[in-house]
Amino acid sequence: MATDSAAIKKKLLTPFNIVVGIILVVGAILTVVRFTKGLAGVTNLSDNNPWGIWISFDLLCGVALAAGGFTTSAACYVFGLKRYHSAVRPAILTAFLGYSLVVFALHYDVGRPWRLPYPFFVQSGPTSVLFEVGLCVFLYLITLFIEWAPSALEWLGLKKPRNVIVRMTLALTIFGVVLSTMHQSSLGALYLIAPSKLHPLWYSMFLPLFFFVSAIVAGLSMVIFEGTLSHHYLHGKMDKTYLREHDGVTLGFAKGAAMVLVVYFFIKVIGLTMDNNWHYLLTGYGAWFLVELLGFVALPALLYALGVRERNLKLIRWTAVLTVLGIVLNRFNVSLVAFNWQLAPADRYFPSWMEIAISIFIVTVGLLVFRFISTHMPIFYEHPDFREHAPHEGEEEEAPELTEHELKPHPQTFGH
Amino acid sequence: MDTFYTLHDFLVYTKGAAYILMGVILLGILGFWLFITGRDEDTYIK
Repeated sequence: MATDSAAIKKKLLTPFNIVVGIILVVGAILTVVRFTKGLAGVTNLSDNNPWGIWISFDLLCGVALAAGGFTTSAACYVFGLKRYHSAVRPAILTAFLGYSLVVFALHYDVGRPWRLPYPFFVQSGPTSVLFEVGLCVFLYLITLFIEWAPSALEWLGLKKPRNVIVRMTLALTIFGVVLSTMHQSSLGALYLIAPSKLHPLWYSMFLPLFFFVSAIVAGLSMVIFEGTLSHHYLHGKMDKTYLREHDGVTLGFAKGAAMVLVVYFFIKVIGLTMDNNWHYLLTGYGAWFLVELLGFVALPALLYALGVRERNLKLIRWTAVLTVLGIVLNRFNVSLVAFNWQLAPADRYFPSWMEIAISIFIVTVGLLVFRFISTHMPIFYEHPDFREHAPHEGEEEEAPELTEHELKPHPQTFGH
Repeated sequence: MDTFYTLHDFLVYTKGAAYILMGVILLGILGFWLFITGRDEDTYIK
């Protein structure tokens, strides 16, 4: 008995569990402080800077990086690229969790969670861009929930409702694409109201277009990045179909990302030309703009292209990391670094450690939920009772069972 | 930095530059596509 409890204790006290435990405890304490002491208790926000890292990272980056859901499902169901079918469920799950966490994080910023439905049902402001963003996120989150539901229903063995939802797939995908197009671009449109606050190199009448196009890149790159990590940590939970299609998904999405990145690069240059902002490139902000444009847009486009041309999956995977960092950098630049750029340094915003800790807490919650769902529900494999395709030769009929021991990292990740 | 006295001057200048740039972009994207897909045919031949 004593040996059993010691073994359980040893099993639970892994470095991962300890770090996650500390993050969750700190996050819970800070949550109590936030909702009892107000924004001033945990943030460095001010009248000059009412939107901080929770908007920049949790919302702007969260929404952009969750774009893999609509790009993957559109590629598979709207454009008929069925060879990407195995990537749809992980992408939809990532998007669903991403948007759920965006709404979860928004509560920390706006407070009073019970008033969340007010903008839609009590005091709507239909002339506001923010209203459109809110409504789209609200509707898209419901759409993503329905798109994700078949995995949960298969897990629960509920065939009838699962079959009803599966028949709605195309309609849901189209609805999701429309909603994503609207709110991804509207997040950029939010900043059109602040031409005097946003640095001219980042301010452009094309901001909605920049945000939408870069979100497609973010979505494609996140599918590659998330697929790589899942391949590493959840290898035992993947069926042969997923594993067989994995490299094709990586190559295909890298090709798509390279083309969209190069289009994004060119429309950024068009934006620069239309506003005749070339002279700003010689300033400090100009140097930082060039770091973003050349180092995190042009370079990944070239690396993706080389990776696809040479069939170099390792290069593609590292480029996906660089691209994701580039999108995060862009959202930070627009909403923090280049925002209020003319203010004195003392009036500029820098997040408090508690704001950063809450963001880390939210990401950790997302990772745990992703891990739970993907190890319990058919995300990386087809449930044997709901197979759409006959298993290939040599493919096991049963879904792979995952034990804790099989959660050990797979050696292929970035070194394949 | 160029000096513009009217909005018309500014738009003629910037739109003119943008139109030239669009031609360059068209060729650039075509070249980039050819670069990416340059070895695709090899796969089909095999």
